[in-house]
Amino acid sequence: MARAKLPLDGIRVLDTCVVWAGPYAAQLLSDWGAEVIHVESIQRHVDMTRGMVGFKITKDFAATLGPLIGGFPNRDPKDTPQNRSGMFNSYHRNRLSCTMDLNSPKGVEIFKRLIEKSDIFIENNLTDTMKKHGIGYEALKEIKPDIIMISMPGFGNTGPFAYYRALGAHLENYSGHSMLRGYRDTDPSVTTTTYHCDASAGATLAFTAIMALHHRNRTGKGQWIDIGQIETIIPQLGQAVMDYSMNSRVQETLGNRHTSAAPHECYQCKGDDRWLNISVFTDEQWQGLCRAMGNPEWTKDKQFAAALSRHQNQDELNKHMREWTIQHDHYELFHLLQKEGVPSGPVMDDDDCYSDLHLIERGYFNWITHRDTGTFLHPGIAGKMSKMPNNIRRAAPCMGEHNEYVYKEVIGASDEEYDELVREQHIGDTWLAFA
Amino acid sequence: MVEQALSDMKILDLSWYIAGPYCAKYFADFGADVLKIEKPGGGDPARGMGPFYKDDPHPEKSGTFLLLNTNKKGITLNLKSSTGKKIFKELVKDADMVVESFRPHVMPSLGLSYQELEKINPKLVMVSISNFGQTGPYREYLSSELVLNGMGHAMYGCGLADREPAKLGGTILEFQSGTVAAQIAMVAFYAARYQGVSQHVDVSIMETELGSVDRRHPMLVISQYWGEKTSRGELTAGMGFPFGTFPCKDGFFGLAGGMAWFGRTCNAIGVPELAGDPYWDGPSQFNMERRDEFYARYWYPWVTEHTKRECFVACQDAGVLCAPLNTVEDLFWEPHFEKRDYWIEVDHPYTGKLKYPGHLIKSEETPWLMRRRAPLLGEHNAEIYSELGYSKQDMVRLRELDVI
Repeated sequence: MARAKLPLDGIRVLDTCVVWAGPYAAQLLSDWGAEVIHVESIQRHVDMTRGMVGFKITKDFAATLGPLIGGFPNRDPKDTPQNRSGMFNSYHRNRLSCTMDLNSPKGVEIFKRLIEKSDIFIENNLTDTMKKHGIGYEALKEIKPDIIMISMPGFGNTGPFAYYRALGAHLENYSGHSMLRGYRDTDPSVTTTTYHCDASAGATLAFTAIMALHHRNRTGKGQWIDIGQIETIIPQLGQAVMDYSMNSRVQETLGNRHTSAAPHECYQCKGDDRWLNISVFTDEQWQGLCRAMGNPEWTKDKQFAAALSRHQNQDELNKHMREWTIQHDHYELFHLLQKEGVPSGPVMDDDDCYSDLHLIERGYFNWITHRDTGTFLHPGIAGKMSKMPNNIRRAAPCMGEHNEYVYKEVIGASDEEYDELVREQHIGDTWLAFA
Repeated sequence: MVEQALSDMKILDLSWYIAGPYCAKYFADFGADVLKIEKPGGGDPARGMGPFYKDDPHPEKSGTFLLLNTNKKGITLNLKSSTGKKIFKELVKDADMVVESFRPHVMPSLGLSYQELEKINPKLVMVSISNFGQTGPYREYLSSELVLNGMGHAMYGCGLADREPAKLGGTILEFQSGTVAAQIAMVAFYAARYQGVSQHVDVSIMETELGSVDRRHPMLVISQYWGEKTSRGELTAGMGFPFGTFPCKDGFFGLAGGMAWFGRTCNAIGVPELAGDPYWDGPSQFNMERRDEFYARYWYPWVTEHTKRECFVACQDAGVLCAPLNTVEDLFWEPHFEKRDYWIEVDHPYTGKLKYPGHLIKSEETPWLMRRRAPLLGEHNAEIYSELGYSKQDMVRLRELDVI
C-alpha cells in the first residue's frame, strides 16, 4: 500500500552509529521519511547500543542491570536480548537493520556497494574508526563522488582530544554543564548523570545532513563534515558562556532557582512523590499566584511586596509556598495557576505523561508493535507538518531484520550470493558469540 | 564572499526569547538571509535578559541576545498597525520561511495566520514554535525553563530519591528546543524546495523534550517494559563500576569505567591483574557489594590522589570514557578548542571585541561563518525599507505612526 508523501522520501542514509548521539540523529532523519539503514555486526558486540553487556545473560542476572542497559520487557532478555533492549527499541524506530562484518574485506566490499546506492553516511565512532575499516571518506568518494559523510566523535576529529572517548555525560562534565546543575547544597558526586549532549549533538547532526543535501542538490558536490559533539552543547550554555566572556564571571548552580525571579522552585504536592514547578517573573504573575492561594495574610508582608525583595527573601517565601502546595494535587494547582496567568507545571512521571489530556488530544504517543517485544506506547515525532503525516511507521528493527531487502533489492545480490553469506555466517540475526 | 550552504534562503524571524531565535540562528550562521523583526520600542525581550556586559542592563548589552542573533539583520515593525501588516506581507512575498514563537492565538489574531500568508506566497514555510503546540488544551499556557524541565524533560528522574527533583543548568532546554526546531524547519524547507510541498510546521517545545534521548524517551518505553515508574537516583546503579562522578584531589571526575571497559580502567590505575578476574570482572560488575569493595580498596585511593586533569589523561590514555568536571572558564583556555579554531571574536559597538562560541561544525564546502554581529534595534530599517521602496520621508511618517 502506498503511504503518504514525506519530506525526505527518496533519500537513503547509512548509519554505523553507536550508543546515543548518532542514533538520535538517525532517528530524526528516518522520522521524516529518509530510508535509514543501520549497519551492524554479528561478529562484534558494540557496548550500550543494543543495550546490554557483551556476554550471554540469564533472567536472574538481567534483574541486576540498570534500566538503560538492561531494560528488557519484564526484565527478561529471553533468547534474543539484542532485540529486546528498551534503550535501542525506543529511538531506533523507523529504521532498517542489516548486518555485515566490516572487519573483513568482503564486508567492506559489500559496504561500498551499499554506499553507491546511498546519499548520506553518518557515524559517531571514535576518530578514524571508519578509515581503519577502509571506509573513510577518501575511499568512499572514489566510489560515490557526491556522497555526504558526517563523522561526529565526542571531541571532534582533530585537536589534542581527537582520540579521547566520552559518553554524553562526560562531555557535559567537560563543557561545564555538570557544575551548573544539581542542588545548591550538595557536591556534584550525587548529581544524577544526564546525557543532554547526545541530544544537542544528534539534532545538530540531523540539521547538518539535510543542509549538506541541499548543497549537493545545488552544486552536485558531496563532502565530509566533522562535528565534535561537545561543540554543540557549548552554545546551549549561552548565559554562562557569555557571562564569562563579558564579565569573567564563573557561574555556579542555582538549583531550581533563577537569577532574579522568585518564587521559582519545585514544590511538593499532596500524594506520593508529587511535585509542581512554579516560576513567577512579574508582579502581575505574583498577584495571580496570590489570588490562586486565596490571598492569605502572609502575602501582604512587605518583604514580599516587590520582585527584588521576593527574590531576597525567597527562603521564607518558599516555606509559605510549601505549606500551600502540600495540601493540593499537582495537576489541580497547575490548572488553577495557569488560569491566573502563572507559569507552572507538574513534574510529570511516566504515568502522568501517558495520561496527560493535552498530549492525548495532540495524538503525541503512538502505539507500536515490535516483533519481539509486543505492543507499547512510544513518544511520537516532535513537530507536526500541516500537509504531511508525522506518525511512526515501523518499530525498531530486530538485528538483521532487513538483510534480505538490503542485500537483494538495494545492492542486487543474487539468491546464491545471499545464501552463501548466510551459510558462512557473514550475516545473521544474532551475535555469533550468543548463538 | 564565500558561498554558504543556505545563501539562497530568505527567512523572516519574528521570534523572541530563546528557542525561536536559536532556531533561526542555525540558518543565519550557515548563510541564510535572516531578517529579525522586532517590535518598536523594546524589541525582543531577550534584550532585557542577562547576563549584561559589565553588568549594565542595557538593551544592546545582553549576552543572551548578542549570542542568539548573530548573522541576522534587524528591523523594527509594529505588526498591530495596518501599515505594519502591509509591510510584513510585502516582505513575505519573497521569503522562503517565517519563524515565529508567539502564543498560538497571536498570528491569527493579527490576520497573519499561515492560511493568509500562504495566499501571498504559496511557497512559504511557516515554523511556529510554542510552549505546548498550536493545538490542545494547554496551547495558551505559560511556561518557563523550569516548567519545561518538569513537563518535557526527565526532571522527575533527576536528583536524590528523598529530595525534590532537580532541573538542568541555565536555559539549556530552551536552547535545545531551538536546535530541534531548526532540524524540523530544515526538513520542511527541503520538502518545500524538492518535494513541492510548502506547509505550516507546529513545534511544541514540550514535545521536543519528551522525545529526547536524554533518558526521557527511553525511560518512557522502559517504564512500560518493566511495569515500573522511573524513580530518582537509580540510573547509576547497574552500570558496572567504576561509574559516576567522584571527588578527586582538586575537584570532581566522571567516568564510565566498568563493564566492557573495566580492564582499561584497571590499566589506568595500575592494577592490570584485576582485569578478567571473575571476582571483579564479568558478571561481578553488577554486584553492589563487590562494587563497594572495589571502590574502597582500589578506586578511592587512586582517584583522590590525582587531580582531575591527571585522572582524565590517565584514563583517556587507557581508552576509558571520562572527563573532568570543568567550569565554562576552562573551555575558553583549553588548547583543544584553540586548535579546532572553535572560539571566534566578535566586535560590537557596545561591548567591543568578545569571544563567542564559533564553528559548530567543520566543513570546507558548507562552512559555519560569522558574517555579522547581532543587530542593534532597528539597525537595518533604512536599508530594508528603502529596498521596499519607502523614501526617507515615508520612514519619518512610519516612525511618527509608531509603525517602525
